[in-house]
Amino acid sequence: MSVTRTFEAYAPPSSLSDNERPQQYIGSPVQRTEDDALLQGLGQYVDDLKLEGVLHAAVLRSPHAHATIDAIDTSAARLMPGVVKIYLYDDLPESAKKRLPVLVPNPAIKQVMTQEVLASREVLCVGDPVAFVVATQRCLAEDACDAIVVEYQVLPAVADCLHALQASSPTIHSDIASNMAANVKMGFGDIGDAFAKAAHRVRDTFWINRGSAHPMETRGYAARFDPATGDLCVWSSGQTPHLEKKNLIDVLAWHPEKLRVIINDVGGGFGPKVMFYPEEALVAHAAHDLGQPVKWIEDRREHFYTATQERDQWWDMELALTAEGKILGLKLIMTHDNGAYLPWGIIMPYIGVTTTPGPYVIPCIDVDLRVVYTNKNATSPVRGAGRPQAVFAMERIMDKVAHTLGMDRARIREINFVQTEQMPYNNGFIYRDGKPMVYDTGDYPQCQALALELADYENFPTRQAAARQAGRYVGIGFANFVEGTGLGPFEGATVRIQQDGRVTVLTAACPQGQGHKTIFAQICADQLGVPMSMIDVITADTSTISMGIGTFASRITATAGNSVYLAGKSVRDKVLALGAFLLQATPEDLTLRDGVCFVKSNPALSKTFAELARVSQGMPGFSFPPGVTNGLEDTQYFSPSQSTYCNGTAVAEIELDTDTGQIKIIRYCMSHDSGNLINPLLVDGQIQGSIAHGIGNATLEWMRYDEQAQPISTNFAEYLLPTSTDVPHAQLVHLSSPTYLNPLGVKGAGEGGTIPAAAAIVSAIENALTGTGLFLKEAPLTPPRLFEILHESGFFKAVHAPRA
Amino acid sequence: MQEDIQIHLTVNGKPHDCSVSTRKSLADFLRQDLKLTGTHVGCEHGVCGACTVLVNHQTARACLMLAVQADQCEVTTVEGLANADQTLSVLQQAFKESHALQCGFCTPGMLTTLTELLAENLNPTEDEVREAITGNLCRCTGYQPIIQAGLLAAQRLRALGEQAPAQASTLTGGSTR
Repeated sequence: MSVTRTFEAYAPPSSLSDNERPQQYIGSPVQRTEDDALLQGLGQYVDDLKLEGVLHAAVLRSPHAHATIDAIDTSAARLMPGVVKIYLYDDLPESAKKRLPVLVPNPAIKQVMTQEVLASREVLCVGDPVAFVVATQRCLAEDACDAIVVEYQVLPAVADCLHALQASSPTIHSDIASNMAANVKMGFGDIGDAFAKAAHRVRDTFWINRGSAHPMETRGYAARFDPATGDLCVWSSGQTPHLEKKNLIDVLAWHPEKLRVIINDVGGGFGPKVMFYPEEALVAHAAHDLGQPVKWIEDRREHFYTATQERDQWWDMELALTAEGKILGLKLIMTHDNGAYLPWGIIMPYIGVTTTPGPYVIPCIDVDLRVVYTNKNATSPVRGAGRPQAVFAMERIMDKVAHTLGMDRARIREINFVQTEQMPYNNGFIYRDGKPMVYDTGDYPQCQALALELADYENFPTRQAAARQAGRYVGIGFANFVEGTGLGPFEGATVRIQQDGRVTVLTAACPQGQGHKTIFAQICADQLGVPMSMIDVITADTSTISMGIGTFASRITATAGNSVYLAGKSVRDKVLALGAFLLQATPEDLTLRDGVCFVKSNPALSKTFAELARVSQGMPGFSFPPGVTNGLEDTQYFSPSQSTYCNGTAVAEIELDTDTGQIKIIRYCMSHDSGNLINPLLVDGQIQGSIAHGIGNATLEWMRYDEQAQPISTNFAEYLLPTSTDVPHAQLVHLSSPTYLNPLGVKGAGEGGTIPAAAAIVSAIENALTGTGLFLKEAPLTPPRLFEILHESGFFKAVHAPRA
Repeated sequence: MQEDIQIHLTVNGKPHDCSVSTRKSLADFLRQDLKLTGTHVGCEHGVCGACTVLVNHQTARACLMLAVQADQCEVTTVEGLANADQTLSVLQQAFKESHALQCGFCTPGMLTTLTELLAENLNPTEDEVREAITGNLCRCTGYQPIIQAGLLAAQRLRALGEQAPAQASTLTGGSTR
């Protein structure tokens, strides 16, 4: 394993411009090919499409968290200026009258509830779509929504997941017998024995509240039907073009070869754009029905109501330990507030519980996972996908163990780490990919040690003592995580040399800012010996590649990246075989440079890629010579045998203003291991960005509902995202433990910054309050909430009391 | 409810005489009527800053301003920030080199906001750059690369200013300067 210790004088890598050609593109900090257009306002986000004659849609939504619909009167709205058509449930084709499918089904789900395209009878959360209005302008469609009269019978709503499980609770839907969607009991090892042998038992309960993903571009869809060909084309601001296509085919009962989904530029995703939503079906149906293009763009308030959310969970954790502090076993009961629908099955809470062991050896674990419906917006993975909660619960209980046993927080972790000689290490669980959770590579002890060294953890007590002397509260906290990335089953890529000699890479991977086009060009360029400027990358268009999954779960470099690599190598072999025949040389005596195939021993003999591509297209009636096959192209669907596990450690040093409950992050350090890096510039960008998301989760972002499940934080004044003054410059150190699970040796890197952030920051806040006995058990700790906790704990009385 | 009014304005140096609905925001007018879709609408309530444009060289939220309020104004959008030969401006180039954008949706607002800063202060501190973009939300980058890009652009503009002061001033304000 090689460790890049960049932290003595950390500086981001100097980026390489378009004209600079490194020895090897893979591993070089090349500037992005995406940027020139985006910097000049020439991106093509879904709302930027110029569709001739496009109509605009708005959605009338339920204002109630739970109600039945008695009547809908659209008579006045239909006469409003510009209104083209108003769709209610009864106006939908039969295929669209079923509930939407569970995208990732699981036999453990006992009661399935998914959304309807438009509500037929009962609405289950605020924002449920009731009517779809198409008009010549968006503002006119919204005016018409206001003129629709809906008579509701309001029913009792369920807002709290713990209350939802009590017998006295109403149910979220009148056809459902209980609010428990799934109850998964699993585990391994002899938990009874572990607790019987334990010298110490440490238990507590943790709560992580709900937040939203909030990409800066909201959701949006546009569709156009061509009556001449029967083709239906749908544009989306999504993450999963083939998944969207699959669902559209079912909901619209459409011919699969006559439906195309294109996802151009996307203004951030972070998870919720993976889902298939009613509005996409409505836009596509209306475009066909009306014979005119139709577009719907979500507004920010709708995003608060309807784009899926995450993190609402209660964790009851109990550790059994030896006298020295070695973990013997873990019992956990996790209650997950899933909201009203299960679009993504139980994947996210499942990822959560299986993430708990993290980098530690835990010989036995007993899990009681309770996935619970409430009348709130549905949840599905948001950057981190259940792991931030798991890491919060595990790292908080580890801190409590350290406090209980009087040990340093670093030491209690050190004695429990999985050691490098134990790799590959089976942590005992079956992961969400259906495979045993076998950690492939990584050096967890060194990862923590490097992060603590970078943060100067050793000397922190001196800093803290000096601050306390000056009446300031500073604290340090840290957290470790292990994250399954690079999930299968596959993500494919085609590499093709065109007849003009340029190279095209086609893939269903669907970037939302990650820089896929750059890294695929880097990988391909190295295989074919061409500059990146000779490569065009086309992503997320279902017409260019027959199968695809999508971009989420930190999976693309490990899947599609390897497909580009393998397809590129295969095309290289094809070029060499054809070149050898035409140049009457052996493939070993050939070399590829800048789109030309040369004979090494006689460089005057050469063929350009353009010439070779034309020959490979064939001449009518003439067979190819032996060893030569048609086309300079290849398609690969790299299918990893299991997930590859990245890991990291985050260290936060903060100052707490006890008068306001506000914290300032003085220093934030992170060590991160995602195997080989294709582009360190982009990896650093992913980590810094995902840390910002984690800082939001730790200190600001709180999607609130009242007791009737009414959302009460529905704009950016009531729900705060981190701004430039909330996010410090994170100091990074990269470890590199390449995986053996894919040819490039890469792991995911997009979520690692988010996962440990809340755990590290809350630990730091608690550390700042050392001496008060406060143990912090929730996130986020917004300034008002932290102030409230201090007040309730008697902190202010103690501080102002005369010293003994 | 929909009354149309005639307005005259200059956008990225080009004059426009248009009839526009009184209820239409400047952002919608730029995007829909002038097809300048580089100005992005992220929240429609003036917090995210993605729609920030320059109106008479000062930043304005195009989602909170009506198009009719831009009558007789000079407006600069992200499409007007590149050099006259359509190469990237010093600031745009610094964004690219610093990896100061990922999804690119907030970028137009970041660029216009920093263009205003650099027009007023060619020697900003890191804190001043950080402060300048507090009204612009970015969910991808964690802000630091944007701040580095602002500082890098300032440094290059100062160097250019020492060589050719007049030329440098044209580079900070795009085509309306």
